[in-house]
Amino acid sequence: MPKDINEVVGRREDARFLTGTGRYTDDITQHNQAAAVFARSPIANGIIRKIDVSAAEAMPGVLAIFTGEDFTEVGGNPAGWMINSRDGSPMHEPKRPVLAHGKVRHVGDAYAAVIAETPEQAQDAMEAIDADFEELPAIVDMAAALSGDDYVHDEIGTNQCFDWGWIEDNRAATDAAIQGAHHVTTLELVNNRLVPNAMEPRCSMASYHPATEEYVLHTTSQNPHLTRLLISAFVLGIPENKLTVIAPDVGGGFGSKIYHYGEEALVLAAAKKLGRPVKWTADRTEAFLTDAHGRDHVTKIELALDAEGNFLAFRTETMANVGAYLSNFSTATPTFLHGTLMAGNYTVPNVYVNVKAVFTNTAPVDAYRGAGRPEATYSIERVIDKAARELGMDPITLRRQNFVKPDQYPFASAAGLEYDSGNYDALMDRMEEIADLGGFTARRAASEAKGMWRGLGINAYIEACGIAPSNLVGVLGSRVGLYDAATVRVNATGNLSVMVGAHSHGQGHETAFPDIVADMLGINAASIDIVHGDTSKIPFGMGTYGSRSLAVCGSAVVRATEKIIVKAKKIAAHMLEASDLDIELKDGVFSVAGTNSSVSFGEVALKAYIPHDFPITEIEPGLEETAFYDPANFTYPSGAYCCEVEVDPETGKVSVERFTAVDDFGNVINPMIVTGQVHGGLGQGIGQALLEHTTYDENGQLLSASYMDYTMPRADDLPFFHVDHSQGTPCTHNPLGVKGCGEAGAIGSPPTVVNAVIDALNSGGKPVTHLDMPLTPHRVWSAMQTV
Amino acid sequence: MTTVTMTVNGKSVSREVESRTLLSAFLRDGLNLTGTHIGCDTSQCGACTVHVDGKAVKACTMFALEAEGAEVGTIEGQSSHGKLNTIQEAFKEHHGLQCGFCTPGMVMTTAALLKDNPTPSEAQIRAHLEGNICRCTGYHNIVKAIMAASGQDVSAIAAA
Ligand code: FES
Ligand code: FES
Repeated sequence: MPKDINEVVGRREDARFLTGTGRYTDDITQHNQAAAVFARSPIANGIIRKIDVSAAEAMPGVLAIFTGEDFTEVGGNPAGWMINSRDGSPMHEPKRPVLAHGKVRHVGDAYAAVIAETPEQAQDAMEAIDADFEELPAIVDMAAALSGDDYVHDEIGTNQCFDWGWIEDNRAATDAAIQGAHHVTTLELVNNRLVPNAMEPRCSMASYHPATEEYVLHTTSQNPHLTRLLISAFVLGIPENKLTVIAPDVGGGFGSKIYHYGEEALVLAAAKKLGRPVKWTADRTEAFLTDAHGRDHVTKIELALDAEGNFLAFRTETMANVGAYLSNFSTATPTFLHGTLMAGNYTVPNVYVNVKAVFTNTAPVDAYRGAGRPEATYSIERVIDKAARELGMDPITLRRQNFVKPDQYPFASAAGLEYDSGNYDALMDRMEEIADLGGFTARRAASEAKGMWRGLGINAYIEACGIAPSNLVGVLGSRVGLYDAATVRVNATGNLSVMVGAHSHGQGHETAFPDIVADMLGINAASIDIVHGDTSKIPFGMGTYGSRSLAVCGSAVVRATEKIIVKAKKIAAHMLEASDLDIELKDGVFSVAGTNSSVSFGEVALKAYIPHDFPITEIEPGLEETAFYDPANFTYPSGAYCCEVEVDPETGKVSVERFTAVDDFGNVINPMIVTGQVHGGLGQGIGQALLEHTTYDENGQLLSASYMDYTMPRADDLPFFHVDHSQGTPCTHNPLGVKGCGEAGAIGSPPTVVNAVIDALNSGGKPVTHLDMPLTPHRVWSAMQTV
Repeated sequence: MTTVTMTVNGKSVSREVESRTLLSAFLRDGLNLTGTHIGCDTSQCGACTVHVDGKAVKACTMFALEAEGAEVGTIEGQSSHGKLNTIQEAFKEHHGLQCGFCTPGMVMTTAALLKDNPTPSEAQIRAHLEGNICRCTGYHNIVKAIMAASGQDVSAIAAA
């Protein structure tokens, strides 16, 4: 098992990114390449009355124009997860076409595409398209969508995609527990809608070779195999063996690049029609309008407690916005990635979750960093804080009292998961120490002396990631498996290529993954390279999202390396004229136990490819092994977070003064990368809590569609963070003992910040019980005026 | 089409451009210097930051023609023969980059900052990065790297 490797200096990826020699999709230019530009709906809801492209077609450089008519014969982009409603009926799944046909359903919905010699010519021609829409009332507000009789999809006849209960059989007991409780704390809250905003906008470039009928798609994807599968099996029907999908360097994803988008299908179709490569690059406005957004839940949560403060039940009712069409994971995110986490870190015996997914005339909503777990954590940890305040209890004591204890694992949560390991008290202990809670009173006094209100917020979270066992997700409605794959290829000269199904778009796999193999083989990691992001080179892969790369794909790497060792031992045994059972591998040398007879790993590799004297009936030449790894369970990272804020009573401005994140990620392979992942998640979580907000007006116009209007966290919005992962309890079911670390920061931080702001307001004599994110100066100041 | 001539990373270049061609597009498409990235359309993200006559400039806010006769420096000119400069080394050592998309702009902005202010405080660095957005790092390691690049002791900053 790999140990901590602490002496890492930088990452292998860094040199190319620091010198401007990375290869992102838009950096790649192909001979004779044409450009695609999309015509997008200016209205949220309307019937397409006319699309006249004749003037546009006559514009300089125009090669082709596509509309929805061109794609009526092909399939649609599907939801990857089938959800059944409480009454057993299947969810409503409208067709999501390549280009809008008949109706446009959100601002930015593409209804035509122009292909021209240059992007500028395509843009000019796009503006010359004469389109006419009959505008219909925009369906924006979820409650109104559920009660009204205008529909986003007329053929469905309701805006409710599904009405899901989890766990339906627990409903009566949960209701009874709440009915009979000593105290019930109720909270209504909004989990604000966010735009993922990977800094690299989406980009797709396709080419087609008529003689072989082969397509190549370069695209900004977190999971090129999944994209290929969706295009092949559902959308265009291109045989998988004729379609190569390459995701080269990708500039961040955060969920938004998991999904297949219509632009990918369009450039493929255009490349075939024209016999030329076709590239489309989104601008930032298109990213705001069309990348899948995140969150957007409206929730009512109740927490029932007995007289001693023991949790008796959580009950929630949530409306989850899915936007105008179902993006690939959109139905899993508010359900199985959310409802199953609604027991939190607690021994609470009753949990019932109801989620209504709602179609609206807005961009599709799907998984964004954390995906469902931030929404669960926010609801739970906010209502606990409110309960502590109502009952006059210390918020840490109340949480500790209800924690699952270390001797209770494996623990069957009331929301249907089996937590394999954890130690929440140890995390809380460590957090209290690092955050110096003992010094808070003095810091508060110092803030007050300068006229500021200081607040302390704490939070405990658990999440389920490394998704997940195929058999479980299959039962729960997933239409794909969620294993991953790796091939370890030992080359004749002793260096290695490791092909992995995970995709790195900032996570540093090229640095972390070789260490796993090097450690097992006892060889230098410098001789091992990772290959990822190309369906023609890697065996298969479900890609990177849900903090799964190391836990799932890393485990596949372990399994493939184990197979390499088995075969290499056979070769060594042959070379040393011994039994393979007697061969030991240590520090890259195979030796016969109890003797000094040995061969090096390099000699074995060479022998594998020059098998002049092989017992060919017993050992095949070559040294290359593939493994598919399907985990037995999710992994369950957990943490204890603490935030101190100052609120300016004059302006309502909040500043984050201190932030401590103590996480249990099990074993850690590369602490530097893990810490960086937490930092990034904290930046996004604090951004959600204080800054970021996606606003549609009542006409469905996206008011926050640029960096002038949507507040991205900047360097001066954030402090230095205190991050610790010393309290890891290894995952019990994967060979590395690792848990996912990619989303934790974004899951744990929003309630921590909000709890701190509420505490600050109360310390200033403003008994505010709740404020919805983002806690902008305007919202905070307004709340101060009304209480 | 008009001919524009400028010096880019020490080499004189001359190309025909449309009057609407932005400096960022000229560098990327005209000269194949794709390290200058385009992250927005409102001059907010800083991914396109280059040096024009020694000053940090967002290349998406300038027409190529406006750089006539100028000395332009891009990320590709920051390292020589594959050897990273002090700022690049500090970003690498302190994990000041993840996906790398904002990184060229961050390095170019930092170079301009340190020229004017060789030992900036944490607050000065954070204020100076106002025009550069990073979605990956939470800025912690970027700020730390910039402090390290300017010779300051960063060992007390929460460890990475
Ligand atoms: S691309 Fe120039 S500032 Fe964003
Ligand atoms: S490293 Fe990805 S945006 Fe900064």
